[in-house]
Amino acid sequence: MSYRPVTTESAPVRLFLIACAVLVLALFLLLPLAAVFAEAFRKGWEVFLASLHEEAALSAIKLTLIAAGVSVPLNTLFGVSAAWLVTKFRFKGRSLLVSLIDLPFAVSPVIAGLVWVMLFGAKGWFPQSAMADAFAPAAHLAASLAEYQGFGWLFSDLAVWLADPKIIFALPGIVIATTFVTFPFVARELIPLMETQGSDQEEAAVTLGARGWHVFFRVTLPNIKWGLLYGVLLCNARAMGEFGAVSVVSGHIRGETNTLPLHVEVLYNEYQFSAAFACATLLAFLALVTLSLKTAVEYFSGHDASGKH
Amino acid sequence: MKTKSLALYFIAALCALTSCKKATSSASTGNPAISLLNVSYDPTREFYLDINQAFQKVWQTKTGQSLDIKQSHGGSGKQSRSVIDGLQADVVTLALAGDIDSLAKEAKLVPSDWQTKLSNNSSPYTSTIVFVVRKGNPKGIKDWADLTTSGVQVITPNPKTSGGARWNYLAAWAWANKQFAGDETKILDYMTRLFKNVPVLDTGARGSTTTFAQRGIGDVFLSWENEAWLIEKEFPGKTEIVYPSISILAEPPVAVVEKNATKHGTTEVARAYLEFLYTDEAQELAGKHYYRPRNPAIAAKYHDKLPELPLVTIDKDFGGWAKAQKIHFDDGGTFDKVYGSH
Repeated sequence: MSYRPVTTESAPVRLFLIACAVLVLALFLLLPLAAVFAEAFRKGWEVFLASLHEEAALSAIKLTLIAAGVSVPLNTLFGVSAAWLVTKFRFKGRSLLVSLIDLPFAVSPVIAGLVWVMLFGAKGWFPQSAMADAFAPAAHLAASLAEYQGFGWLFSDLAVWLADPKIIFALPGIVIATTFVTFPFVARELIPLMETQGSDQEEAAVTLGARGWHVFFRVTLPNIKWGLLYGVLLCNARAMGEFGAVSVVSGHIRGETNTLPLHVEVLYNEYQFSAAFACATLLAFLALVTLSLKTAVEYFSGHDASGKH
Repeated sequence: MKTKSLALYFIAALCALTSCKKATSSASTGNPAISLLNVSYDPTREFYLDINQAFQKVWQTKTGQSLDIKQSHGGSGKQSRSVIDGLQADVVTLALAGDIDSLAKEAKLVPSDWQTKLSNNSSPYTSTIVFVVRKGNPKGIKDWADLTTSGVQVITPNPKTSGGARWNYLAAWAWANKQFAGDETKILDYMTRLFKNVPVLDTGARGSTTTFAQRGIGDVFLSWENEAWLIEKEFPGKTEIVYPSISILAEPPVAVVEKNATKHGTTEVARAYLEFLYTDEAQELAGKHYYRPRNPAIAAKYHDKLPELPLVTIDKDFGGWAKAQKIHFDDGGTFDKVYGSH
């Protein structure tokens, strides 16, 4: 018996092609990553640690965590509901809804930032001054509620914000822009998955007497959990790394409205290259963690699937 | 089992979130310090870092109040736009009067006579436009005429967004105006040839600096004088400064954004902050950061670094910023003609 190899190219050709692939990989992926770490540690550990411990850097890290901490759970909730709606039910305007979910992917991040300036800027549709007037009764209510014990911390902050509702060039704008940009990640991940799974299992569950929530938690969620986790990871990576849209609504106030990516740019522009790259390593580190988690998710989901079928 | 771990993730995220929120609120309520936001242009980062430290001390001894000064930097035009859009600046320290004029015109954030509120046209320091070339000046660039030589790459930011770039543009125009005795066709021809040599237009002066010094693009960089000296400091031995035969007196003005300051209750400290810029201490800091101090005695001390040269002024030679802005930089102005034929 003679067997026919799948590749018919001669050894030098194969070697050449493999070398090309390795070279591209090294040049475009490994070299920049190495450069980030090399640049960050060029002035030693002390400078590296000091630049992460600096007040503006800490505030940037905190802001980035808050922005991701709000937008990721929101988008997870939204993504699961949207995917559930779009794949398990048939209704008019369904395809339009699917396209709308993709809108944040389709527009440039600059536009994704500018729309919020257009809406909430001082010359926009809902300027701060007009909102302050509209919210005045609510602000009063919150202020009086704040006097009750136990809820003081919640309502006093709310009252302060309602009296002077800052959106853009402040935390809410950054959170909104981040949420907008990372909107589609979870839904995009789940829709194709749930589409191929179909609704047979849910239908079976319903015929056996299960109710809505029961079906969701016992049947749907276990089926999509790996896809969901994968979507959440991607969503989180983008939420922490987003630059363009956040840059437009940030106002670049040092120590207040700079997220980690914006802080890196500020440091770079101030010739603090080591500090800039030290902060960049945090983002690179996040990328590596995301990547390994993603690999782990793929590994486990593969095992899970093969175990079941 | 697996759903439980997901639920755990949600709970963890929620906890992290609420603890973050609590941390921010306690930080803001636990600190009674007043705070001031200075929205400035690109090359002033290092200068205001020093000024803020000095002024915080002065204010503390005077009133006992601890003061937190926040900074925001970017292209002057872009910063002005952000303040109009609602960035809560208490003071603006921008690159040119035109950008503060638009705060008055577009949003009534400052009174229209803002420039008379402080002495010297509300400009506590001045600067000018110089050339930065590679070490040894390999292309032999001496004056404005050399910028149109073919093969010379000129780096300047975009006059639509950067204040420094507008000063660059007007300085070049002033030279051409003198050279061609006011013949507008010849001036426009010179400007067109000059901008043919510009490979990239960054939005702010600092972006152009990194383009020229860090990325090594271009043969000559039209730069703020202070930025030129900063390059000398940050990249020693790589560049040289060339003073052209004529340049422009750049007056970067400062103003209290009265509407915002009134709202924040910071009018008094904002005014004191800007007046501080005229004191000997601040004038020394200006000289140290290569701005030209207004105080003649202190300016004399920095004379060897900041030499005298013939300077045209915006008011005498261009009829003020409002006029210069309209003729040169508004849509359909001379810059559009010059760069449109790029």
